[in-house]
Amino acid sequence: MSTNLENRKFVIGGMAIAIVVVYLMRLFALQILSDDYKRNADSNAFLKKIQYPSRGLITDRHGKLLVYNEPAYNLMVTMDEQHGIDTLDFCRTLGITRDFYIARMMDIKDSKKHPGYSRHTPQLFLPQIPAREFSQIEEKLFKFRGFSVERRSIRRYVYGVGAHILGDVGEVSQQNIDDDPYYQSGDYIGKIGVESSYERDLRGEKGMNILLRDVHGRIKGRYQNGRFDRRPQPGRNLQLSIDIDLQALGERIMEGKIGAIVAIEPKTGEILCMVSSPSYDPRLMIGRNRGINQKRLQLNPRKPLLNRAISGQYPPGSTFKPTQALTFLQEGIITPGTQFACHHGLTIGRFHQACHGHASPLSLVPAIATSCNAYFSWGFYYMMSNRRKYRNIEDAFTRWKDYIVSMGYGYKLGVDMPGERRGMIPNAAYYDKHYRKHWNGVTIISDAIGQGEVNATPLQIANLAATIANRGYYITPHIVSRVEHSHIDSTYHEKHFTMVEHRWYNYVVQGMRQAVLGGTCRAANLPGIEVCGKTGTAQNRGHDHSAFIGFAPMNDPKIAIAVYVENGGFGADFGVPIGAVMMEQYLNGKLSAHGERVAEEFQHRHISYGTGER
Amino acid sequence: MEQANDRPTSPLRQIDWITIGLFLALIILGWFSVCGASYEFGEPLGDFFSFSSRAGKQLIWIGCALVIGFVITMLDDKLFDTFAYVLYAAFMLLLLVTPFLATDIKGSYSWIKLGSLSIQPAEFAKGATALALSKFMGHYGYNISNTRTFAITLGIILLPMALIIMQKETGSALIYTAFFLVLYREGMNGSFLFAGFAAVIYFVIGLKFQDTLVDGTYTSVSEFAVLLLIWIFTTVIALLYSDNRHQDYKAVAYGAGAILLSYLFSRYVIPFETGYALLAVIAGEVVYMIIKALTLKRLRYAYVALFAVVSTIFFFSTDYVMNDVLEPHQQQRVRVLLGMEQDLNGAGYNVNQSKIAIGSGGLTGKGFLNGTQTKLKYVPEQDTDFIFCTVGEEKGFIGCAVVLVLYLTLILRLIYLSERQSFAFGRIFGYSVLCILLFHVFINIGMVIGLTPVIGIPLPFFSYGGSSLWGFTILLFVFLRIDAARKK
Repeated sequence: MSTNLENRKFVIGGMAIAIVVVYLMRLFALQILSDDYKRNADSNAFLKKIQYPSRGLITDRHGKLLVYNEPAYNLMVTMDEQHGIDTLDFCRTLGITRDFYIARMMDIKDSKKHPGYSRHTPQLFLPQIPAREFSQIEEKLFKFRGFSVERRSIRRYVYGVGAHILGDVGEVSQQNIDDDPYYQSGDYIGKIGVESSYERDLRGEKGMNILLRDVHGRIKGRYQNGRFDRRPQPGRNLQLSIDIDLQALGERIMEGKIGAIVAIEPKTGEILCMVSSPSYDPRLMIGRNRGINQKRLQLNPRKPLLNRAISGQYPPGSTFKPTQALTFLQEGIITPGTQFACHHGLTIGRFHQACHGHASPLSLVPAIATSCNAYFSWGFYYMMSNRRKYRNIEDAFTRWKDYIVSMGYGYKLGVDMPGERRGMIPNAAYYDKHYRKHWNGVTIISDAIGQGEVNATPLQIANLAATIANRGYYITPHIVSRVEHSHIDSTYHEKHFTMVEHRWYNYVVQGMRQAVLGGTCRAANLPGIEVCGKTGTAQNRGHDHSAFIGFAPMNDPKIAIAVYVENGGFGADFGVPIGAVMMEQYLNGKLSAHGERVAEEFQHRHISYGTGER
Repeated sequence: MEQANDRPTSPLRQIDWITIGLFLALIILGWFSVCGASYEFGEPLGDFFSFSSRAGKQLIWIGCALVIGFVITMLDDKLFDTFAYVLYAAFMLLLLVTPFLATDIKGSYSWIKLGSLSIQPAEFAKGATALALSKFMGHYGYNISNTRTFAITLGIILLPMALIIMQKETGSALIYTAFFLVLYREGMNGSFLFAGFAAVIYFVIGLKFQDTLVDGTYTSVSEFAVLLLIWIFTTVIALLYSDNRHQDYKAVAYGAGAILLSYLFSRYVIPFETGYALLAVIAGEVVYMIIKALTLKRLRYAYVALFAVVSTIFFFSTDYVMNDVLEPHQQQRVRVLLGMEQDLNGAGYNVNQSKIAIGSGGLTGKGFLNGTQTKLKYVPEQDTDFIFCTVGEEKGFIGCAVVLVLYLTLILRLIYLSERQSFAFGRIFGYSVLCILLFHVFINIGMVIGLTPVIGIPLPFFSYGGSSLWGFTILLFVFLRIDAARKK
């Protein structure tokens, strides 16, 4: 029996071993396999006090300051230090009511609304007090125990223009926080414009002081004497390619009209102005009234928040004709000498397309100058019907589409701004589906004159002007020309060549020059400057849109421009004079008396759009 | 001196230095942990030796403990045997009067103040109980199977438990269950241990999975699993004791078939309360055992039947046990431990914070005095019951493993020493010491890493405080003294 019982030592020893083994496994899981506890411990013990960097400044192409920072102050309250203050005096100093004070205090203490609440650390009482108001509060702050100040900054805009380009900053959304762990609740982030697209350059890097916090939330000093503290890195300054005077003129001249103006420096792809109308004063979007103002702008039926220059998609109308001329020349469908007849339009079978009265027949250059619909429709028809070159209509159309895409249409150009849309260049599959394979050159002939299914953003339209000015290539349009201590994306230096050879461009340039000298764009004939232009009158469900593209000077283009005015009628009505004034302003740095008169006139010539949603 | 010739060697030569080495290692590591746990950032390090600090005081307790150890080693080994009952009686009397003399410390009445010193008699009563138990069971001719003797044995253990429960120190009382492991070594039927083990399993499973149903039935996972376990335990025991395995295999097959069929029926035909089917199978097994007991005239089959019946009754009364036997704060601790409740501010707070502290230690820890969780007071009771957190946070997995292995080595060494005793007295006392140590380590570290309920008992040789340190020192050195006097 006793030898038998002695074996029970193995049971007891075994239990001891089993316990230790199980505990070791548990410890292994807690300490080595899981990271959660480490993170928990850090958030327990470390109070990471953020040091906010200053946001980068924004200047225009001539170095004029556009956006800067101004200190603003958050009033903080530490609950367990705050007692026995003269509430009445406090409320009067801050200009708040007693009810607001009580409600705010309740909100801060409510741990449901305010999860990070601690009695021992400063809590936000009143955000973004501007420096002016703050100086009065600061004098009396010593009287209000437990109240302290956190220095932040707010954006200031020197000019009341360029809202769409500059964008604004606002508090981060939950989505922003989820996407990028850099952000914490209460941080600011660029919402639209370059504030958004260059957020990473502008924001800098937050610094951090790591403080030790005990279980009661009291600060027990710096962790390892600040060995792991980080200083904030200020944001990088941006230089825009925008000419702020040009931008201001554009916004002024577009008052009361819906549309867009985009001007590009052809050689560099730098955007000189990007006007979207209606616009708004960017200064509405800062400070404590941001929410209210934003709401009001959102509810405006004319959608002033929409950046039509890159988000609006319009039929390009006759501004599209140069692309057709270039395609047909390169493909050998026409030669510069090819003539087509036009007797108030063209008739193919039972199909008739109207054109305005001009001499007939015409060759290419006068066809561009007079913007003859029939000329380009014939060319398009012959290209689509050419079965020696193309196996079938799909083949021909795909070839056509490739040309147009090579000129920057149909896809996003890749401007350094959020919200760009791609426009629309249909492909053969689209028509196969739409017409159940029963389509031919006549069915889709409107594409040749920038109507039909063809849509483009004003930026794409301006980019075409730049391509022609460069005789065959473009550089992706961009709005930031320099980033301090860094560089802009290399794609903004690359030349994108179109599928059309340089030599063919000369005929189109000739046509556009003739349009200004004696064609549809006579109003753009500036003294002393060789302007080239092309009008567009785009049919749509309402009154025609008025459009214009142009560049100048002809042989050393400094500016290429597109103007698009919704329901402005003929291209010559609004597009041409506005484009001319803009080019004059940019090239001369100021307007002549005549130009000023035109600008004045168009500033006050408003178009009635009704009250419907646009 | 004639007697001196009997014992030519001094106890200091005979004493087991390996155990003393382990003891010293644990005490030294313990002191460093107390330093870490009581240190505040920014304090000068010299304060560890100032007697106003916790670390400094612990140093005094350690000094006293070493003196106590030395004194015990120098005592005559016969003393313990001789005075075992006297000591036991004295301590029972002390435990009885403690609640009347004690001051209220966090709702417990177990501390007696002697001037500036507070003493917890319950920490020392364990040793007295162990001595009395060893003496009683060490008598020549002691037979644990004798009901009357067994009753007295139980009485010796249960009396201090009852007295300590009166002081509202349920945790300390629970430690006395360690003595059942000693009884097991001395011949108590292993089925008692098994029954205890089974009861814990039923209790945990019975509570934890009450609210989830087994797929395709109306039976809760708790009920299904526990009834299945009862059936499995019963049949396995029955098979172990069987004379006719062949017949029993058939019974097992019928039972298993019935359970499987009823589950499949519920799942694919008509869902129903499969618990009834399981109960029926268990009832069948019980009837089968009773018939066997009657026909074969073997009592052990009746025991198996009894096991099944008591298990079933116990399971169906777990709700009662939970709600009516346990106190509300204990109920909550049980629910939090079983993961049925997330209460990070109440009962779960301690364990959650201690897990964070330990978990943040990683492989090698944050280094001595660099633990943030313990230093910034996130862990409650950080230098007493939750001292192991400091080890986990500052020394990491490696430190924890070293400490655990030291305890294990100590316990295995004590088993070896106990088994080499020539007299039952020494062996039983040795097992008492090691079982008490094992229970303390099991419960304390288990609680800190979230595996056992939060029961406020100290970690031997580590936790801050004189009473517990001296209590364990006395236990250990009395045994070492007895061991040193064994027949060579």
